[in-house]
Amino acid sequence: MSIAITTQIICFTVLSLVILIGALGVVLLESIVYSAFLLGGVFMSVAGLYLLLNASFVAAAQVLVYVGAVNVLIIFAIMLVNKKEDLKPINDIKSRRIISTSICLTLLSLLIRVDLTNVWNLSSPQNSIGEESTIRIGEHLFSDYLLPFEVASVLLLMAMIGAIVLARRDVMSKDISTGLPVDQELIEKSSEPLLTNKN
Amino acid sequence: MSLDSIPIQAFLIISSALFCIGIWGLLNSRNAVRVLMSIELMLNAVNINLMTFSSYIDNNLIQGQVFTIFVITVAAAEAAVGLAILLSLYRNRVTVDMESFNLLKW
Repeated sequence: MSIAITTQIICFTVLSLVILIGALGVVLLESIVYSAFLLGGVFMSVAGLYLLLNASFVAAAQVLVYVGAVNVLIIFAIMLVNKKEDLKPINDIKSRRIISTSICLTLLSLLIRVDLTNVWNLSSPQNSIGEESTIRIGEHLFSDYLLPFEVASVLLLMAMIGAIVLARRDVMSKDISTGLPVDQELIEKSSEPLLTNKN
Repeated sequence: MSLDSIPIQAFLIISSALFCIGIWGLLNSRNAVRVLMSIELMLNAVNINLMTFSSYIDNNLIQGQVFTIFVITVAAAEAAVGLAILLSLYRNRVTVDMESFNLLKW
């Protein structure tokens, strides 16, 4: 890469700080809307890391798919299910927190130990391919990864149909369980949930 | 100390930390939307790993970048289906609290 090493290190530090603080904010913040917007920031910074790794095509794909599609989808879902509700307290929340935090910290220390102690067999000329990587990805997709590429299109079609089938409201004249006429208005009336909570 | 590029360990540590934050969020959040966001964080950590190894070890064939493209595809499909499931769950239960989805508990 043509950028000087000092600039690279500064960019890397800023991007990784944004990633880690943003990710902590995503899991820790009280308001889910703030979490969603911070998640967008994390995705953008990950795209910046890809640029540092000399992969402009994947960085563009990351911005388009994650920030443009997944994050917008999450914000829409929050908008649709955003109801203030008082969560029932869990009685053993303390022990759960302690156990899960210790599991995560153990896994983190294990991973960092592996990262630092393993001797990586690096290839000597760094980033020799550079801007040619987009061409190389295209060659891969249409030669040795052709079958996964085609299967991915089928997967996307299945996901699209599945999402439509799962998320639409059934347009029926009568309710199946109660026999009452169903109101077809845009805003859902409060009705008895079909699966009532037993306990 | 003189470097000619960022050490590979820096990228790997960032991705490990991001993965662990994702697991913590997955285990501890009570809002179902936040669980989906944690899964996206974990997928991003895996993507950073793939891209790092592709750039530092396999920088001629860059198969890791192709893998990342496929992971991004699967993540998009997963997010769409997951949020659709969440919407229909919300319609039936009128809540997104993970503790109340206990139909399969035994």
